[in-house]
Amino acid sequence: MSGTAHAGGSRAGMRKELPEHFKAYRHVWVFMEYEHGAIHPVSLELLGEGRKLADRLGGELAGVALGGDHGQMIEVANAAFAHGADVTYITAEPVLAHYRNEPYTRAMTELVNTYKPEILLLGATVLGRDLAGSVATTLLTGLTADCTELAIDAERSLAATRPTFGGSLLCTIHTLNVRPQMATVRPRVMSMPKADPQRTGRIVEHRLDLREEDIVTKVLRFLPDRDSNKAQLAYADIVVAGGLGLRSAENFQLVRNLAEVLGGEWGGSRPLVQKGWITADRQIGQTGRTIRPRLYIAAGISGAIQHRVGVEGADLIVAINTDPTAPIFDFAHLGIVADATEFLPILTDTFRKRLSVNRLAG
Amino acid sequence: MSLEVFDAIVIGAGPAGNAAAYTLAKSGLKVLQLERGEYAGSKNVQGAILYADALEKLMPDFREDAPLERHIVEQRMWMMDDNSHTGMHYRSDSFNEEKPNRYTIIRSQFDRWFNRRVREAGAVVLCETTVTELLKDTNGRVIGVKTDRHGDAILADVVILAEGVNGLVGQRAGLRQELQPAHVALAVKEMHFLPEEVIAARFNLKGDEGVVIEAMGTITKGMVGTAFLYTNRESISVGIGCMVQDLAENRVSSSALLEAFKAHPSIRSLLEGSEVREYAAHLIPEGGYKAVPQLYGEGWLVVGDAAHFVNAVHREGSNLAMTSGRIAAETVVWLKRRREACSAENLAEYRRRLEASFVMKDLKKYRGIPALLHRNKHFLDLYPRIASRAAQIWLRVDGVDKRSKEGEIVRDLRAARGWRGLVGDAFKVARAWR
Amino acid sequence: MHIVVCIKQVPDSAQIRVHPVHNTIMRQGVPTIINPYDLFALEEALRLRDRLGGAVTVLTMGPPMAEDSLRKALTFGADRAVLLTDRFFAGSDTLATSYALSMAIQKIGESWGTPDVVFTGKQTIDGDTAQVGPGIARRLGLNQLTYVSAIGAVDLAARTIEVSRRAEGGVQELATRLPALITVLEGTSEIRRGRLADALRAARAEVTVWNAAQAGITEMTKCGLRGSPTVVKNVFAPKGRATKASLLDTREKTPGELAEAMMARIFDALPGIEGDLLAHAAQY
Ligand SMILES: Cc1cc2nc3c(=O)[nH]c(=O)nc-3n(C[C@H](O)[C@H](O)[C@H](O)COP(=O)(O)OP(=O)(O)OC[C@H]3O[C@@H](n4cnc5c(N)ncnc54)[C@H](O)[C@@H]3O)c2cc1C
Ligand SMILES: Cc1cc2nc3c(=O)[nH]c(=O)nc-3n(C[C@H](O)[C@H](O)[C@H](O)COP(=O)(O)OP(=O)(O)OC[C@H]3O[C@@H](n4cnc5c(N)ncnc54)[C@H](O)[C@@H]3O)c2cc1C
Ligand SMILES: Nc1ncnc2c1ncn2[C@@H]1O[C@H](COP(=O)(O)O)[C@@H](O)[C@H]1O
Repeated sequence: MSGTAHAGGSRAGMRKELPEHFKAYRHVWVFMEYEHGAIHPVSLELLGEGRKLADRLGGELAGVALGGDHGQMIEVANAAFAHGADVTYITAEPVLAHYRNEPYTRAMTELVNTYKPEILLLGATVLGRDLAGSVATTLLTGLTADCTELAIDAERSLAATRPTFGGSLLCTIHTLNVRPQMATVRPRVMSMPKADPQRTGRIVEHRLDLREEDIVTKVLRFLPDRDSNKAQLAYADIVVAGGLGLRSAENFQLVRNLAEVLGGEWGGSRPLVQKGWITADRQIGQTGRTIRPRLYIAAGISGAIQHRVGVEGADLIVAINTDPTAPIFDFAHLGIVADATEFLPILTDTFRKRLSVNRLAG
Repeated sequence: MSLEVFDAIVIGAGPAGNAAAYTLAKSGLKVLQLERGEYAGSKNVQGAILYADALEKLMPDFREDAPLERHIVEQRMWMMDDNSHTGMHYRSDSFNEEKPNRYTIIRSQFDRWFNRRVREAGAVVLCETTVTELLKDTNGRVIGVKTDRHGDAILADVVILAEGVNGLVGQRAGLRQELQPAHVALAVKEMHFLPEEVIAARFNLKGDEGVVIEAMGTITKGMVGTAFLYTNRESISVGIGCMVQDLAENRVSSSALLEAFKAHPSIRSLLEGSEVREYAAHLIPEGGYKAVPQLYGEGWLVVGDAAHFVNAVHREGSNLAMTSGRIAAETVVWLKRRREACSAENLAEYRRRLEASFVMKDLKKYRGIPALLHRNKHFLDLYPRIASRAAQIWLRVDGVDKRSKEGEIVRDLRAARGWRGLVGDAFKVARAWR
Repeated sequence: MHIVVCIKQVPDSAQIRVHPVHNTIMRQGVPTIINPYDLFALEEALRLRDRLGGAVTVLTMGPPMAEDSLRKALTFGADRAVLLTDRFFAGSDTLATSYALSMAIQKIGESWGTPDVVFTGKQTIDGDTAQVGPGIARRLGLNQLTYVSAIGAVDLAARTIEVSRRAEGGVQELATRLPALITVLEGTSEIRRGRLADALRAARAEVTVWNAAQAGITEMTKCGLRGSPTVVKNVFAPKGRATKASLLDTREKTPGELAEAMMARIFDALPGIEGDLLAHAAQY
C-alpha cells in the first residue's frame, strides 16, 4: 500500500495552505556524501540540479558536509562551492568519522530543524537511502526515492518524478503541507556540472553534542570492494552481459573474454543466476544491479522489462540476438541479428587486434 | 511421524477438482486438495466461457462475488474462407436476464476465487504441491498419494483425480492409457487488451454485455479444429485449436494458425490497437465418448478433463468438469453416509449417476463426430469456400439474372462434391448428430 | 528469539499495463506475488530461528487478498501470520505505512513477546522506495541495519548482534544491540521449499487479521491518505525510445567485416572511448 497506491490521487488538488511554521523554510540543500576520503560524484551531480531549483525559487543552494575531520570538510565545502553551492553547513565531529545511521540522522535532523531548508536532496546510494529514510521519518515529512526528474511547479512545490512498478511507469510526487521536501536521486541520472574553482561561498559551522559513548552501533571493520573480487557493476564504464541465448555455462566464458579485452565488467540476466552460471552480484536488472555504463553489450538477452530498467541509463546499448523481434532491439541503440556464440569471439578478436595493433604503432 | 488420513484427497484445483472438493467439504468430510500451481488457476488455460448452470447447482449465490467478465448476449458462428466469412448471428435482449446463462471469465481469477470458496467450505488446500504418484496397498487399492514435498505420504479413503487433460498421475498408476494424438486438440490462446469503451463500441455492447464468435473453415487449413474470440471486460481472448494428430501430419504449428487467424480481414479490425499480454497453449481432450477411460476403481475416481469429459461440438468443458466433480463427490458422500467402503464395486454408482446426467448423454450423442470430421476434412475446407462463393454470387448485383445465379451456385456445389458426395455428407452428419 | 518479518504483496511488475487512453494502471488480470526482496528477508529470518530457536511472525499490511501471501510465508516455515487490513490504510505512503506497521509490531510484541529483530526486504518492486524499513526502525527506536548481506554472531543474553552490510565501496561490519531492524540485501539466499508437514500446517493455520483498532491504532490522522505527506499527482508510461536499434545489415558480409563495422559504430557513438580502451590495454 505504500508509495504509489493512491495513483490518480483522490487527494490531489485538495492542497491546503502550508502551515505557518513551515513558511520560514527556504533554500535548497544537497547532502554531500563523503566516505573514505572521497566525495561521491552523485552529490556533485545533485548540486548541478539543485542550482536550477534554487534559481527557480530565488533561493540559495547549500551543501551539507558531515564528517570526522574538519580539514576534510572544508575541502568538501570548497568542492561544493566549485559545483554551484552558495553556502555549506559543516558539522565535523569524531562520531561522524564513519557513516553510521544514528549519529548522521541526529546531525542531519538537527541542521534541518535549525536552518530550515525548503528542499533536501540526497544521492540514492546505499548510504543516502539509509539516511534519508530515517531523517524523513524523524521529521515526519515526505520523501521521494530514486527520482529521475526534479522540477518546481507553479505553486513553488517540488515535483519529483520517479519510476514505479519496476520501471513500467513513471509518477510525479509532491510533498504537501510539510517541509522540507525530500528526494533522492540515483547516481548518473543528473549530469555533472562544470566545476568553477574560482567560486567561493559561505561556511556555517554547526556543533553536534554527541559522544561516542552515546552511540550503540559500532563499526568493526570495513572491507573495501577493491580488495575483493566482487563485481563493480554499478560504476563500470563498460559492461558486457549474457543471457539464456548463450545456451550453456561454458559459452558464458565468451562474455568474460570480451569484457576482459575491453577492460570492463561482466554480468548477466536473472535466469543465469538461477541456473548458477553466474553469482547473484552479477545479476543486472530490477532485482539485480542498476548499471549506467558508457557502453553496454547484451548478448543473448531478450530484454524483458525487469532487465531493461537496470540498463536503460547506459549511453550506448548494443544487442546481439538471433531474434530480430526480441524486445531488446526496442531500446538498444545498435544491434546485430546474429548467433552470440559465433559473433562474440569474432568481435572480441576484432577489438583485441585493434587495441594491440595501435599499441604497437603508438 | 504418523501418517495423516483424510476422507478424500482431490488432485487438482481446476473446475472439476474445485467442484469435487467443495461438495465434499460442504458435506463435512475431511478433504485435502493438492494443486501444483502457485495458486489455483495460475497455470490454467481456457477461452473462457463459464456456463452458469453447472456452477449454480453447487453455489446458487456465486454471482455475488465470482469474478465474472461479461454475460453473453450475442453469438456469432462463422464459416470462414481466406478473406470472408458467412454464418449465423444471434443476439437477444432476453439474455440480459437477472441470472444470465453464460459469462466470459478469466480462469486465473476465477479458479482462485472458486478455490477460496473451497477453503472456506473447510477443505485443506495445498498449492505448489505436485502429486507424484498414487500410493497403493498390496492389493492394488489406492490408499493415498505421494507429493514432491519432503515428507511422508498422505493417506485417504478415496482419491479423486481432477488433474486435467495430461493425467500423468493416473497414467503412471496404470489407471489410464497415454494420451493419443487422435484424441486431443492443441489450442493456443492470446489475451488482447483494449480499453473497455473500445470493446463496447467495436462489438456494440453496453455495460457487462459480451459477444462470442466461434469460427471454423479454411482457417484450420483443412485440419479438424475451431477458432474463437471472446470479449472480456478489458480484453479479448482469441484462440484456435486443432487435433494434435492433424497438426503433426500437416507439420503446421498452432501458433502459425493463430497468427493467420488474427490477420484474417474479418478478425484483424476487431483486435486493432490491442496489446497482447498473454500467450498460452493447452491440450483439450476432444476424443469424445470413445476416448473416455475407466472412471473408477478401488479407492479412486476420475473427473473432468482427466476423464475426457469435453463436448467439442458445443465447446463445453468446464461445465462437464464441474458436474462430474460434483457427482463424484456426491457419490463419495453417499457412500460415507451409508458407512460403505470406496471400493470399485461401490464407486460404480458414480458412472451410473453420470450416465443419467447430460455429461454422458451428450458425449454419447456426438460419439461419431470426431471420427467423422477426421475422415471428412472437406467439411472444414470445401464447404466454407462454397458457402462464401455462393454468397458472393448471390449478393453481387451485376446484371446477371437471379435464375442464372442460382444455377451457378448449384453447379459449384455439384462440381465440388458431386451429388453423391453431397447426399453422403448430409447423411453422415445426420447420423453423427442423431 | 522472536522475529517479525514484514512482507508485502505486490503486483507482478512484468504484467502491469497502462491504459492507452487514460494513462492509468490497468491491474485487471495482473497476478500478485510476494515482493521478491521480502523472500530473502524471510529466508534469513527462518535461518536465524533455526539457529537460535524461537518463532517467526510474518506481518503484512494490505487488502484482504494479501492473506494469500501470508499463507505462502507459512508454507515456507513461518510460525505465525498477521494481516493488517483496514480501509483507513488505503492510500498510505511510506510514512503512513511505517506508522501502521510499527503499531502492529508493537501489538505483536504485546501478544506474543517483544521482537528481538524485525526484518524487511531491501525495497519493494512497486513502491521501490526502501523507506519503510528505516521508517519502522525510527518509530520503534530499533537499531537500524540496512542492506545486510550476512548475519554474524548473535548473543541473546548480552543482546548483541553483528552483521555485514553493503556500504558505499565496500562491506561494513557492524555490531549493535538488540532489538534491531534489518533490511536484507538481495541474493544472499534462496527461499527454501517448505516440507509437507509445514505446508499442511500452513494450509490449516489461522491468519490473524487485525483492523486499525485491533492493532491498537487510535490516531487515524496518521494513517492512509490523511497520514501521507506525499501525493502522487500523475502516473504515466515512460516514453519509449522512438527509434528502434539500428541493425547492422548482415547480408553479403563476413562475420569479420560485421565485427569491424560494429566496432567502428561503437567508436563513432562514444567519442573518446577508443582512447580509453587503448590506455587500458597499455596497462597490460
Ligand atoms: C519480479 C521479477 C524480477 C526480475 N528481475 C530480473 C532482473 O533483475 N534481471 C533480469 O535479467 N531478469 C529479471 N527477471 C526475469 C525477466 O523477466 C526475464 O525472464 C529475464 O530477463 C530473461 O532472461 P534472458 O533474456 O537471459 O532469457 P530469455 O528471455 O530466454 O531470452 C534469451 C534470448 O536469447 C536469444 N537467443 C537465443 N539463442 C541465441 C544465440 N545463439 N545468440 C544470440 N541470441 C540468442 C533469444 O532470441 C532470446 O531473445 C525478473 C522477473 C521477475 C518476475
Ligand atoms: C483454449 C481452450 C479454450 C476452452 N474454452 C472453454 C470454454 O469456453 N468453455 C468451457 O466450458 N470449457 C472450455 N475449455 C475446456 C475447459 O478448460 C476444461 O474442460 C476444464 O478446464 C477442465 O477442468 P479440469 O478441472 O478437469 O482440468 P484443469 O482445468 O486442467 O485443472 C487441472 C488442475 O490439476 C492440476 N494438476 C495437474 N496435475 C497435478 C498433479 N500431479 N498434482 C497436483 N495438481 C495437479 C493442474 O495444475 C490444474 O490446476 C477450453 C479449453 C481450452 C484449452
Ligand atoms: N504494506 C506493507 N506491509 C508489510 N511490509 C511492507 C509493506 N510495505 C513495505 N513493507 C516492507 O518494507 C520494505 C521496503 O518497502 P518500500 O519502502 O516500499 O520499498 C519491503 O521490502 C517490506 O519488507
